[in-house]
Amino acid sequence: MTTTWTQRRKARIDDLAAGRSLGSEAWRRLRRDPVAISGAVLVGLFVIVAVLAPMLAPHPAAQSFPELQQDLRPGSIPGPRTGFPLGSDQLGRDFLSRMILAAQQTLLVGVLATLIGLAAGIVIGAVAGAFGGWADTVLMRVTDVLLSVPSLLLAVSIAALAARPSQTTVIIAVSIVSVPIFARLLRGSMLAQRESDHVVAATALGVRRRAVVLRHMLPNAIGPVIVQATLTLATSILDAAALSFLGLGDADPARAEWGLMLAQAQAYLDVRPALAVYPAVAIIAVALGFTLLGESLREALDPKGRR
Amino acid sequence: MPSSRRLLAAIAAGALTLSLAACAESGRDAGAVGSGATGGTMVFGAPGAPDNFDPIFAQDGETFRPARQMFDTLITYKQGTSDLAPGLATAWTPSENGTVWTFTLREGVKFHDGTDLNAEAVCFNFDRWFNLPNAAAQSQAIYYADTFEGFANNQGETAGEPVYNSCTAQNPSTAVLKLNKAKGAFPAAFGLTSLSISSPTALRQYNADQIEQSGDAFTYSEYATAHPTGTGPFKFESFDRTANTITLVRNDDYWGEKAKLDRLIFKVIPDENARKQELRAGTIDGYDLPSPADWDSLKSEGFNVLVRPPFNILYLGINGKNNPALKDLRIRQAIAYALDREALVRNQLPEGAVVATQFMPETVDGYAPDTQAYAYDPDRARQLLAEAGQSNLTLNFYYPTEVTRPYMPNPTNIFTALAENLRQVGITVNPVPQPWNGGYLDSVTVSGNHDLHLLGWTGDYNDAGNFVGTFFGRPKPEFGFDDPALSAQIAAADATVDPAAHAAAYEQVNRDIMAKYLPAVPVSSSAAALVVRNNISGVVPSPLTDERFYTVSKG
Amino acid sequence: MLRFVVRRLLQVVPTLLLLSVLVFAWLRSLPGGPASAFLGDRATPERVAELNRVLGLDQPVWVQYLRFLGRAFTGDLGNSQITGEPVLSEIGRALPATVELSVAALLIAVTLGIPLGYLSARHRGRPLDVATVIGTLVGVAVPVFFLGYLLKAVFAVELGLFPPSGRQSVGIDATNVTGFAVLDGLLTRELDASWDALTHLVLPAVALATIPLAVIVRITRASVLDVLGSDFVRTANAKGLAPSTVRGRHVLRNALLPVSTTIGLQTGLLLAGAVLTEKVFVWGGIGTLLAQGIEQRDYPRLQALLLLGALVYVLVNLLVDLSYAIIDPRVRLS
Repeated sequence: MTTTWTQRRKARIDDLAAGRSLGSEAWRRLRRDPVAISGAVLVGLFVIVAVLAPMLAPHPAAQSFPELQQDLRPGSIPGPRTGFPLGSDQLGRDFLSRMILAAQQTLLVGVLATLIGLAAGIVIGAVAGAFGGWADTVLMRVTDVLLSVPSLLLAVSIAALAARPSQTTVIIAVSIVSVPIFARLLRGSMLAQRESDHVVAATALGVRRRAVVLRHMLPNAIGPVIVQATLTLATSILDAAALSFLGLGDADPARAEWGLMLAQAQAYLDVRPALAVYPAVAIIAVALGFTLLGESLREALDPKGRR
Repeated sequence: MPSSRRLLAAIAAGALTLSLAACAESGRDAGAVGSGATGGTMVFGAPGAPDNFDPIFAQDGETFRPARQMFDTLITYKQGTSDLAPGLATAWTPSENGTVWTFTLREGVKFHDGTDLNAEAVCFNFDRWFNLPNAAAQSQAIYYADTFEGFANNQGETAGEPVYNSCTAQNPSTAVLKLNKAKGAFPAAFGLTSLSISSPTALRQYNADQIEQSGDAFTYSEYATAHPTGTGPFKFESFDRTANTITLVRNDDYWGEKAKLDRLIFKVIPDENARKQELRAGTIDGYDLPSPADWDSLKSEGFNVLVRPPFNILYLGINGKNNPALKDLRIRQAIAYALDREALVRNQLPEGAVVATQFMPETVDGYAPDTQAYAYDPDRARQLLAEAGQSNLTLNFYYPTEVTRPYMPNPTNIFTALAENLRQVGITVNPVPQPWNGGYLDSVTVSGNHDLHLLGWTGDYNDAGNFVGTFFGRPKPEFGFDDPALSAQIAAADATVDPAAHAAAYEQVNRDIMAKYLPAVPVSSSAAALVVRNNISGVVPSPLTDERFYTVSKG
Repeated sequence: MLRFVVRRLLQVVPTLLLLSVLVFAWLRSLPGGPASAFLGDRATPERVAELNRVLGLDQPVWVQYLRFLGRAFTGDLGNSQITGEPVLSEIGRALPATVELSVAALLIAVTLGIPLGYLSARHRGRPLDVATVIGTLVGVAVPVFFLGYLLKAVFAVELGLFPPSGRQSVGIDATNVTGFAVLDGLLTRELDASWDALTHLVLPAVALATIPLAVIVRITRASVLDVLGSDFVRTANAKGLAPSTVRGRHVLRNALLPVSTTIGLQTGLLLAGAVLTEKVFVWGGIGTLLAQGIEQRDYPRLQALLLLGALVYVLVNLLVDLSYAIIDPRVRLS
C-alpha cells in the first residue's frame, strides 16, 4: 500500500535531487564550515587508521598471548600493561590491535555496502529516469515497497534469510537497504535534467539517446547521489554494527569487528566496561563523522542554504 | 519487606504520596510480617518460567525448581550431594536380580489437600504414569520415558518395551514395584523430580491426564496449571502471569523440618544483567545462574555466591560420518592433543570447573582415575596428523549462539579458544555459528551435517549410564560413530546389579572409550552458581541443581 | 471521508491474507523448530520426529496452512507452544504493557523533541544546535542494552530512585481492570499501585524514547529550517507581522507536517524498538512475547503476532493520513 508518509518520504528524496552539482562556490563554503571540517577530520582519521591498520596494529587480531592469558579469568580481564596499551580482551588477545583492525573491517563493509547499493541504485534510477514509462512505473513500485520497510528491519530480515551468516551476507543486506534511496534520488534528478535546456538542445541536435543519457544527463544528475552516499556510509556502518550485534554478522569470531565486539562485551560490563565503551564510541564517532560531512555537503550544495 | 521500603523511601517525591503508599504497604503485608530466623518472604530471581507444575511433564530446571519445593520423591538426594537419602520412603530394597523394589513408606505424611500418603497413593502415581493415555501426554513425559522406556499403550515410535510391570500396596506403608528388567538407573532414578508423588485425589479432581494437543500446541490440565498437590514443605498459591511471579506458601503440616520462610516467591527475570541489577537494587533476595564473569564483583559487593559442585560434561563432538578423515583414530587423538583444555578452564570457566578426562564427572560411580590422558601437546598433534596424511585438514566447526548452559557458560568464547588451538596445529576451521533453537540442535543432533560441534550434558542422578550410556549406548547422528562392541559393553555394564561390579564395569568402559574409541573429546566439567543477599542463609547448592528452600531463612 | 476510510479498511483483508501466507511459509522455512526447542540438549532424532508428528508439523505446509486458516476464521489463532495458553489471551495481557510503554516513550519524545528541534533550528550553527545534532546522532547509535544498563546502574542501583525492572513490585497487589497498570490503580483507587507502576515506567520509557526523540529532533530541525527559508515566511516578516505570530502561525504549523508523519512512522517503529527495551527491563509486553517466540520457534504465537502487527501498522498509517487532512488543508482525501 502506498501511504501518504511514504509519498512524503519520496518527496523529500526527490527534493534533494534538485540540488546543484558541486561547484567552486560550494567548495568555498565547505572550507569555512566548522561542521564540515570536524566531519572531515573524523572521517580522515578513520580512513587513515583503517587503511594502515595492518601496519598500525601491533599484533594479529586472532592471536592470544600467554602473558595476558596468565591473568585472564572469567571475572577479571587484564587491563593496560606494557606492550598492550589497552589491555586484553575476553580471550587474552590484544584489545588495541583488535580495535585498529576492526576499523578496517568496518570501512570495508561500509564502503562495499554503499558502493553496491550505489551501483544498483544508479542503474535502476538511470533506467527509470531516462526511459520513463512502464520501466519507471515497475522499478519505482519495487523501490516504494523497499522504502516502506524500516531499514534495520529490512537488513535484519535479509541477513536472517541467509543460511550461514558471513561478511558477504552483511554487505548485501546493508546494501539492499540503500538501493531504493539512491534509485529514487537519481531518477528525480534525471527527470529534472530531461527538461533542462542542454538536454533538450542535445536531443534536438540529433544526439543519440544513449549518448544523451550517459554524457549529458547522468554526469549532471549525480551530484546529490554522491552527497547521499556520504550519508549512507554512516547508516551502513551503523546497520552493519547492529547486524553483528544481533548475531547476524560475520561468523568468524577471530576477526575483529566493532559491532560484534560490543555484543560480546555485554557479559563483561562489570568486569571491564572498556570492552563495550571503546567499540561503542568508535562506531558513534565514525557515523558522526560521515553524517557531519554529508550534511554540510548537502547544505553547501543547497542554494537555500545561503543565509 | 525492607526492599520495598527502601524503594518507597527513595521514591519519596512528596510526603503525601509517601504516607499514602506506606499505609497501603503496611496494610497489605499484615499477613506476611515477621523477620529474623523464621518467617518472611524470599523473592528469588529465576531465569525462566516453568512450563507447568505437574512434575511428570517437567523436563527443564525452571519447571523443576518450584516442583522441588512442593513435592517429595520416594528417595531423595542428600542436600548438596548426589548421594541417596530417605524421602517419602524410609527404606528401599531390591530383589536379588534387581527387578523387584520394596519401599517402606514414611508414616503420617499428608498431601496438601489433607489426604494421606500411603502405598496405594504411591502405586496410583506409578499406574498413572504407565497408563498415560495419549501421544501428547507420552511425548511430554520425557524423564519417565527415559527411565521406564515405554507405556502400557505406546503411542509413539520412540517408546519401547516398558520396564514397569506393576505396583502393589502390600500394606498401607509398603509398596512393591515390579520391573520387567533390571536397570542401573535404579534406585538413583527414583529421586528424579519428574517422579514426584502427587495426591491421587487432586489428580482425579483436576483431570491431570488431560494434556491435549490443540491445533499445533499442547494444553495442560487444570492440575498442571493451577492445582499441583504434593507433600512438600511449600504449597502452591499462585502463578501471576502478568507480574511473572510464582508464589508458594509454607506447608504447616509438613512431615519433616518445616520451612522457615512464610512465603517463597520465584520472580521470572530472563535477562542476565536485569537479574543482577534487581539484586543490587534490593528488589530480589537472590537469583539463579549468575554469569561466571560476575561472580567476583558480586562477592566483593557482599553477596554470597554459592557454587554448585560440577556435575556436567562439555565435549567436543566429532562426526566421522560427515567427514571420513575423522574416522581415523589418529586424527581424533590429534584433535584431543591439540586442545589446551587447561587454559580454557582457567581463562573461560568459573572457579570449580575442571578439565574432563572422560565423559563423566569425578563424583559419579564408575569414574576411572587412570584413563588415557591427552595433555596439551601441539607437536604430538601435528605429528599424528602427518602420520595420518592429513596435514591440510579442513573442518566445519558448529557452535551454538543465543544460549548458555551450565556446562557452557559462554559458547562463543569456548569455540574461539578451541578453534584457535586447532588452527595452531594446522587444521583449517570453518566456523558455523547457529542459534541454539534456530537450527543448531537440528543440525548436530538430528541431521548430523557437522564435522565438529560443542555440546554437553547435565547429570540427572549419580549413575554412569546417565552419562556414557546417553552418549554412546547406541549410535547417534551427533557422533556418526557406530561400534556394536561398545554399545554391548555399555548395555552389559548397565544390567550389572551389584554396585561394586556395576562401577567396575563402567570404569572399564571409560578406559576403553578414551584409549580405543575416542568418539569425541571430553573438555570440562563446569560449575554453576546461585547468588543470595548476605541475610539469606541455609541455601545448599546441589550438584543436581536440586536446592530445597525449606532450610532457608531470612535474617 | 467515510468512504475513504471504508475503502482503505476493505483493502486490509486481501493484504492480511497474502501476508498470512508469507508469514506461514517464512516461519516454517526457518531452521530449527519447536520440537528441538522443547527438548533442548535431550533432543534425539526420534524424539524430534515424534513431537513433530504429535504436533502435526510433519504434514505438508499447505495442509498446516489450511488448518490454520480454518481455525483463524473462527477466531482461534491457536495456542502458544511454550505455555499452552491461547495466543490471543497472551497477547491481550501483553498488549497493554507495550502500549503503556510506547505511549510514555512517545510522549517523552514528542514533548522534548519538537521544542528541541525548533530551538536548534532557530539557533542554527550555535553551540546549542551543534550539541543537539551530536546528541541525536549518539541517541540513534547507542545500543539499548548499554543505555538501559547505564540508566539502571545510576538511577536504580546507585540512587535508588526507580525500580530496576519489571512492571510491578512484589507485594503490590494490584487489581487488573484494563491491563494498563497506571490507569488501573486510578480506577480502583489503589493509588499506591498506580504510583508503583509509574515508577516502573520511567526508565524503560526514557530508554525507548531515545531513538524517536533523536529522529523527531532532526526532522523538526530540518523542517523548521526549510520553512524559515521559504517565501511566505519572508513575506510575513516583510509585512511586519509580530515575530511571535510568524513563528506560531506560519513557521511552526507548516513545519509540523513532516513531523506528524515522522511521529506516525515512529509509532510503528516503537513496537520494533520495544523488543530490546522490554528484554533489558523485563517488561513482559509484546516484545517479550515476540523475542521468546522467536527463540523457541513458537509458530502459533509468531503467526498471531506478525499478523496483528501488520494490522496495527495499516491502521496507524490510516490514522496518519487522516491527520494530514486535518492539519494540512491542501490535502484532500479522494
